[in-house]
Amino acid sequence: MLGLTPAALLVWRGLTDRLGANPIEEVLHHLGRSALIFLIITLSVTPIRRVTGWNPIIQARRPLGLFAFFYLTLHLLWYAVVDQTYDFEFILEDVLERRYIMVGFTAWLLLVPLAVTSTKGWIRRLGKRWRKLHRLAYVATSLGVLHFYWQVKADTYWPIVAASVLALLMLLRVRIGDGGGPLRSRKPARGRRPVEVADPTSSKGL
Amino acid sequence: MLIRRPDDIPSSEITSEGVYVNRRQFIGMSAGVALGGAAGGGGLGNFGDAPRHEAGPRSDTGPQKDWSTVRSDLDEELTPYEDVTSYNNFYEFGTGKSDPAKNAHTLRTRSWTIEVDGLCANPGVYGLEDFIKPGAIEDRVYRMRCVEAWSMVIPWRGFALKDVIDRADPLGSARFVQFTTLLDPGQMPYQRYGILDWPYLEALRLDEARHPLAILATGVYGRDLPNQNGAPLRLVVPWKYGFKGIKSIVNMRFLEDMPLNTWKQSASHEYGFYANVNPEVNHPRWTQARERRLGEFRRRPTLMFNGYGEQVASLYAGMDLRANY
Repeated sequence: MLGLTPAALLVWRGLTDRLGANPIEEVLHHLGRSALIFLIITLSVTPIRRVTGWNPIIQARRPLGLFAFFYLTLHLLWYAVVDQTYDFEFILEDVLERRYIMVGFTAWLLLVPLAVTSTKGWIRRLGKRWRKLHRLAYVATSLGVLHFYWQVKADTYWPIVAASVLALLMLLRVRIGDGGGPLRSRKPARGRRPVEVADPTSSKGL
Repeated sequence: MLIRRPDDIPSSEITSEGVYVNRRQFIGMSAGVALGGAAGGGGLGNFGDAPRHEAGPRSDTGPQKDWSTVRSDLDEELTPYEDVTSYNNFYEFGTGKSDPAKNAHTLRTRSWTIEVDGLCANPGVYGLEDFIKPGAIEDRVYRMRCVEAWSMVIPWRGFALKDVIDRADPLGSARFVQFTTLLDPGQMPYQRYGILDWPYLEALRLDEARHPLAILATGVYGRDLPNQNGAPLRLVVPWKYGFKGIKSIVNMRFLEDMPLNTWKQSASHEYGFYANVNPEVNHPRWTQARERRLGEFRRRPTLMFNGYGEQVASLYAGMDLRANY
């Protein structure tokens, strides 16, 4: 299972003493990186589907997104419980005064409703609004990249790589639209995806 | 992973020097001598003549008395050798903490020279062994507080910076001393990338540099410095954030005006010239009130001047430490 690879890797690193001299920080970074990677992979599903016409890939989107949320939640919990030893005075100060932490925390907050409404029932209930709501994934991922960028001291190589991939994905989204269907016609799948025509608002981008 | 309960012993609790020597230095130095012996024939031939320490501080060296009080209040566990030499910020060899240990083997520390110039009566170019000559090599255990809010306790081997400053005999107009790291992308591969402006520069006010706590280190744990720790010669200023401790020094220059230091140049709102450890002045992106001592679970409070306030606070009397961060 692809989604559990980062967790397995982390356990392996822990068991074989490969977390270095500051394992608490290393685990924190490992979880944060995993969350961001999964967010970006999740956002690439629809463009890949629409460019390649390979429909089954869409089934991976929900589990990928939920794994992203899973790692982000672990990242947040590790920060609060292990890194800061649930010292709420300092956590509050961090969230309110440190822009990179505020931005990261906001990203997590934005993803909570997306995780909650990821079930079929919620997709059906929200109808058209579901897709609009789930565009928040782009906002959250952008905030995640910003969090990464603001967190590093001088070497912005990987944050810039992440930002570039995200920019490419957003550009693709603008060019090909974020309509649910592939570029080639496909019979509508009822319930799962509320609208099959290209969303007219998508050309404005995010 | 070592998880330990926080060490609640306040650093102000003074342990007698005898106890300190027996408990800490003897253990540390015994291990160090063993390690040093194993590595003795290795890459750092320059150090063949450096006195090798047995347990305890040297008694025949002048400045020892000045810093004995500081050492004796350090009833804190040494950070293990493996951590001291595998968790490093040395961006010339990569920006990950483990990169320097992996990459610094390309640094050649043989026939190392140090240039002394600027406003001084005795400029010159010295081979390393001649440069360190006026200094009495000693072992000193210091806390090391990184600006990133982690810390270590490191048994350095080195000598008072003041010794080489006195020999250089700075002119009356000299107010600052600046240090430069080697610039050689062939040996320091990340100097090919513009992460920072190379070469790395650091500086001290001359009175700071003459303070007996400020040392030039040639070793750690009783053995020569591994490359990733800044071989063959680095600055250690224990009351300042770790980035002041410039590594692999090739130049020492006396100046009238305050020079830029590399991190201040890179982000002056985050890193200042003084960079004194100060729990009351936060870094814009994290609190400086606490730190993670490597090997400990819960963060511990950061001490003003990293716990060396009694010795160094007078250097900054009347200064606004919030403005001069």
